[in-house]
Amino acid sequence: MIRFEPRGPVPVSRMLLVSVAAAICALVLAAIPMAFAGLSVFSAYGLMVKGAFGSLFAFTEMLTRAAPLILTGLAAAVAFRAKLWNIGAEGQLYAGALAAVAVGTGVVTGPSYVLIPLVVLAGALAGGLVMLGPTLLKTRLGVDEVVTTLLLNFIILLFVQMMLEGPMQDPMGMGWPQSEPILDDAALPKLMARMRIHGGLIVALVASLGVWFLLKRTVWGFEIRAVGENAAAARHAGIPVTATFVRVGLLSGALAGLAGVGEVAGLKGYLTADLSPGFGYSGIVVAMLAGLSPAGVVLAALFIASIFVGADSMSRATGVSNYLADLIVAMALLCVLVSGLFLRFRIRFVGAPAAKGSTP
Amino acid sequence: MIEILDILVSANFWAAALRIATPLIFGVIGALLCERAGVLNLGIEGIFTAGAMAGWMAVWLGAGLWGGVAVAALAGAFFGLIHAILTVPLGLSQHVSGIGVTLFATALSYFIYRTALPEVSSPPRIEAFQPLDIPGLSDLPFFGPALFRQTPLTFLALALVIATAYVLYRTPLGLAIRAVGDNPAAVESQGLSVYAIRMGTVVAGSAIMALGGAFLTMSAFDAFFFGMVNGRGWICIALTVFASWRPGKALLGALLFGAFDAFQVRLQTEVGSFIPGQVFLMMPYLLSIAALIVVARRADYPRALLVPYFRGQR
Repeated sequence: MIRFEPRGPVPVSRMLLVSVAAAICALVLAAIPMAFAGLSVFSAYGLMVKGAFGSLFAFTEMLTRAAPLILTGLAAAVAFRAKLWNIGAEGQLYAGALAAVAVGTGVVTGPSYVLIPLVVLAGALAGGLVMLGPTLLKTRLGVDEVVTTLLLNFIILLFVQMMLEGPMQDPMGMGWPQSEPILDDAALPKLMARMRIHGGLIVALVASLGVWFLLKRTVWGFEIRAVGENAAAARHAGIPVTATFVRVGLLSGALAGLAGVGEVAGLKGYLTADLSPGFGYSGIVVAMLAGLSPAGVVLAALFIASIFVGADSMSRATGVSNYLADLIVAMALLCVLVSGLFLRFRIRFVGAPAAKGSTP
Repeated sequence: MIEILDILVSANFWAAALRIATPLIFGVIGALLCERAGVLNLGIEGIFTAGAMAGWMAVWLGAGLWGGVAVAALAGAFFGLIHAILTVPLGLSQHVSGIGVTLFATALSYFIYRTALPEVSSPPRIEAFQPLDIPGLSDLPFFGPALFRQTPLTFLALALVIATAYVLYRTPLGLAIRAVGDNPAAVESQGLSVYAIRMGTVVAGSAIMALGGAFLTMSAFDAFFFGMVNGRGWICIALTVFASWRPGKALLGALLFGAFDAFQVRLQTEVGSFIPGQVFLMMPYLLSIAALIVVARRADYPRALLVPYFRGQR
């Protein structure tokens, strides 16, 4: 017989321990599909570690991959804190990228200290506005935001394809469905010579600091947490629940939009419809691994990024599909969900019922 | 106008509508069962993918077509069991667990497919289900080609609607399923196990969802493609709300949806040159959101949906 006994407040150290345990659990479980694919588990993990940390190039690639994951992770963390189920970060990311391209490819010209903030703002605004729709549908009409945000992902991706094959197609692009390149003055600066790592990482780190400050040190942050704990009680206590949902929706969408800005204005330089390999969905895993804390999001994003970059490298070396990375990430989500039980409850294995003294 | 009428009176159009509706019927019935028992199953998108891959692969490896259908159902039941364990006895977030199951089932399906078939450029094909030729019925004017020249899985889907309606409203089991979704404490007080009923329903519902995926690779097409499910699972979740959790309305919703989709494909050939193709491809998703908005105010959610039940707690 297993008994769950509720625990009190959770110390940070135990939260960290639970997430690390979940990550390890996912890596151990991944040995099963690896063995199925004929890999030697230890050498495969060796290749993955080497692929993510083995050289300066590998390490910067991992950081480059972490930047959008930090932002989509923050997007999910902020929203989930308020129990606003934004599963639409993928679409909001594309909306941000589309806005960055719309503003940054020559419609406006100017020095980089004008253009870069403009591109970043446009992307954040586009992402926020996309999330505003489902948020208002939830608060005004009671439409479940899970399904609307999920469906919007497909709608926005099709819209991006439409723009890339139509009005926003690069006339010099040989007919490929891609946008015009971002102006040099509008592109986020590279952080290191000859590496792909770019200013998107700075944007992501600043954003996580900002979200941490907002949640911990401001009235709005307090309201967000209160609404997430118990919306009915928050309303009773005079907290503007509807306004809080709208703020959270705008912020969450804006963060995901920033991820799109980084990918297009920092990394690729132009927009294609395969910009994101599911960063929006991986962001949910990042947020859950992080226990929805902004600092944790940075650490969890580094972990998930090293899985992706490591698995890519391992896949090139061994020929085993890099869908292994998606598999590990999905298992990490399920593991962290289960291990969360150890945070909220003290789990007792009770031997015989007689020991409780309830039976005569 | 004449062209639109021509479309609506062609048997071909109604046959296509029923064909497009079939995977949605499986999906909505599965989702509806889970939600009637109080469990939102967002694993549906991944379970569709798993059913599509598993059913196809079983046949490709030499199983019979119905063997493939059984394998697909088993795959769905497996992922349903994961969702059931996480959400029912452990009482974890149904949203997050569902997304987790979708990511897991999708990644596992893709990984197994790629591991079994590393270097194929064009996906291998199987001998898929063929439309039935029912003596008498298939030869009826209009109704024959419109309704009675479908593949067996379409008829299975229609039979499942009737069976689900019968079980839900005419049997003690159905009463118990509806009750655990509305008032689990009352069920427990009758001496029934809320856990067993909820978990059993989620597993069965997930197996039915997987048949929708199997239809894609074994009837609609004859091969497995990455991304072929393409949001059909999420559309089913929306249709479930639209159908007020009733099997009959679920069938109607899926058919309306299929008819609309078949209609817009035909309309596209008429006006396709003026409007980009993506506008038409967006329609199913926009329509799903519209359907949700229409019913939002009077949606009569099962009262214990999303609420975990812990034995001995009030």
